[in-house]
Amino acid sequence: MSFDRIREKLSILADAAKYDVSCASSGGKRSNTNKGLGNNTGMGICHSYTEDGRCVSLLKILLTNHCIYDCAYCITRKSNDIKRAAFKIQEVVDLTINFYRRNYIEGLFLSSGIFKNADYTMERLIQVAKKLRLEENFNGYIHLKSIPGASDELMRQAGLYADRLSVNIEIPTISGLKLLAPDKKHEDFVKPMTKVKNEIIQYKEEKKIIKSTPRYAPAGQSTQMIIGATGESDWDIMRSANYYYKKFNMRRVYYSGYVPVLTDNRLPSLGTAVPMLRENRLYQTDWLIRFYGFSVNEILNDTHKNLDVDIDPKLSWALRNLNLFPVDINKADKTMLARIPGIGMQSVYKILQARKFRKLNWSHLKAIGIALNRAQFFIVCDSKDFYKKELSAISLKEKIVKNSSSKYKKLINGQLSLFS
Amino acid sequence: MNAQTILLYDGSFDGFLSCVFVAYDQKITSPIIRKEYQTNNQLFTINETIITNRQKANRVWEGFKSRTKPNEQRGFFKAFLSEIKGVENTLFSYMRTIFSNPINQHIDFGNKDILKITQVAKMVDREKHRVEAFVRFQLTKDDIYTSTVSPDFNVLPLIVKHFKDRYADQKWLIYDTNRKYGIFYDLTSVEIITLEEPAKILPNQIQNIYKKQEVDFQKLWSTYYNSVNIKSRKNTKLHVQHLPKRYWKYLTEKNIRE
Ligand code: SF4
Repeated sequence: MSFDRIREKLSILADAAKYDVSCASSGGKRSNTNKGLGNNTGMGICHSYTEDGRCVSLLKILLTNHCIYDCAYCITRKSNDIKRAAFKIQEVVDLTINFYRRNYIEGLFLSSGIFKNADYTMERLIQVAKKLRLEENFNGYIHLKSIPGASDELMRQAGLYADRLSVNIEIPTISGLKLLAPDKKHEDFVKPMTKVKNEIIQYKEEKKIIKSTPRYAPAGQSTQMIIGATGESDWDIMRSANYYYKKFNMRRVYYSGYVPVLTDNRLPSLGTAVPMLRENRLYQTDWLIRFYGFSVNEILNDTHKNLDVDIDPKLSWALRNLNLFPVDINKADKTMLARIPGIGMQSVYKILQARKFRKLNWSHLKAIGIALNRAQFFIVCDSKDFYKKELSAISLKEKIVKNSSSKYKKLINGQLSLFS
Repeated sequence: MNAQTILLYDGSFDGFLSCVFVAYDQKITSPIIRKEYQTNNQLFTINETIITNRQKANRVWEGFKSRTKPNEQRGFFKAFLSEIKGVENTLFSYMRTIFSNPINQHIDFGNKDILKITQVAKMVDREKHRVEAFVRFQLTKDDIYTSTVSPDFNVLPLIVKHFKDRYADQKWLIYDTNRKYGIFYDLTSVEIITLEEPAKILPNQIQNIYKKQEVDFQKLWSTYYNSVNIKSRKNTKLHVQHLPKRYWKYLTEKNIRE
């Protein structure tokens, strides 16, 4: 191959793919039983980090940035005047193998602009994965993008070779989608998702009966939403996320702060700050819903449509529900312990373990590693000495914010002053 | 004043276990165990050089294994590989606790030897993972994927399995330039080797011993690395936190000059 040409393509097609945040390479176990290349132990490895601190574990590229669509938020859109390039199938295979052999990467994350039509594009993505698995004996990680509108048959094939499949819904609401991607239909996104979900269920059923059933997308499927491109609220976003988790058994929903790349009057202007803090708060909320037993409506609802920027969503919830506190550390059940600000799930388990043997007091809690600077206002334990003062939510919040040092403090001040 | 016995060994794990054997055999209650090359001539000491004996070493290790869990054994070995000065004495003292306790009786996890060993093992483990992530192979003219490293701890014995499982169909060599030995996989098994002129395989020898296309792939990789960066999200603090500067020397993407 001609290296200069490949190099140019690589820089164009990696650049166009980088706004996809999902980089997880964990989850898909594939062991090297055939003396082939690669061993995916199910634990992702970051082989490098970008200057913005993101993990580099996969070769993340587009097969091509030619596209027949014109989605406003996308740098690859048809009407954007940029350099276009397309890899040949074998070129992607060679790059992946040569990078993998040098221990640069854990595998491939292949996406694409849509050229000709959905099926034509999807078929090419599958061919890359198929070649890697069958011709190169490759057991590393493969994540393929499901192209919206791709046929069921192709989605079934894709799952035979890929560890993970994902469709990015990008815009959290249907109305937003209509505005920014007028020629894309919501159904087109849902179709491959449904197929993948059903195949996974079917695989699990068949596997019970026939051991040799070919594996299907062992790392499941995920999706991504762009945050801050349209005017949707955090409530809208989390309701959508919840829908995709429930309806399609998503493994992960990713939230990606919109990076302004284009001038378009439907979108935030160039130079608008990337909403990194908001992104972070959404991930925290996502976490609370998936692992802490919260429902969306407790955290976000009609009267509280957006997350607080200056405090985390759990603290914010607690301040709105002060009537439920203080919680007795020695009596409360698991669900309630998990709802105390400053107490993470790991600490919850430690508390449950430790309190079997003795009643816990402040020094026990400290030893367990609880963030008492926040938790102290919300709990009582085996001590007469606890926070008795009746405080309003507002003054309590002030007190806590003053005492805590957030890694985002600079950002908070910056963004808050922008808002005020 | 009683003279202190110092047992010297060759630095290998078997050597260390041989010292443990001798200490028990000759009823030396609190010896200092030290690597030969760390010897210093103190007054009032008896230096005894212990010859590594596989069988004796095995007997000690089997005894230890029958009284401990696999993860404790791994932790013990990892702590040994830290090569931290004096670690042998902590390990010896811990072994004595194990051997003097009846089998299957739980030992107190507040034991300070255990705490220390766990702590050190964790540090070694972290280094192991970093080496697994940051090794960069270069392909030599005779088709060996080669990498040089100089880790803080002696982690090569710990990474063998990872690389053997992953790169089962290519020859590879990972050479520790500090400790002057390497692990080499020849498509069937992994062997320990030493090179007469290790300088020959350093990354800067690219013109001499590496394949012509090697440079091209390194350039492609650094092109990729630079393209995935999002400038508007730059966060140097986070970057260096994940990727401490002392590892940069391994990384192709940090060293390529255009
Ligand atoms: S279809 Fe995909 S690649 Fe094409 S413009 Fe829309 S988002 Fe971008």
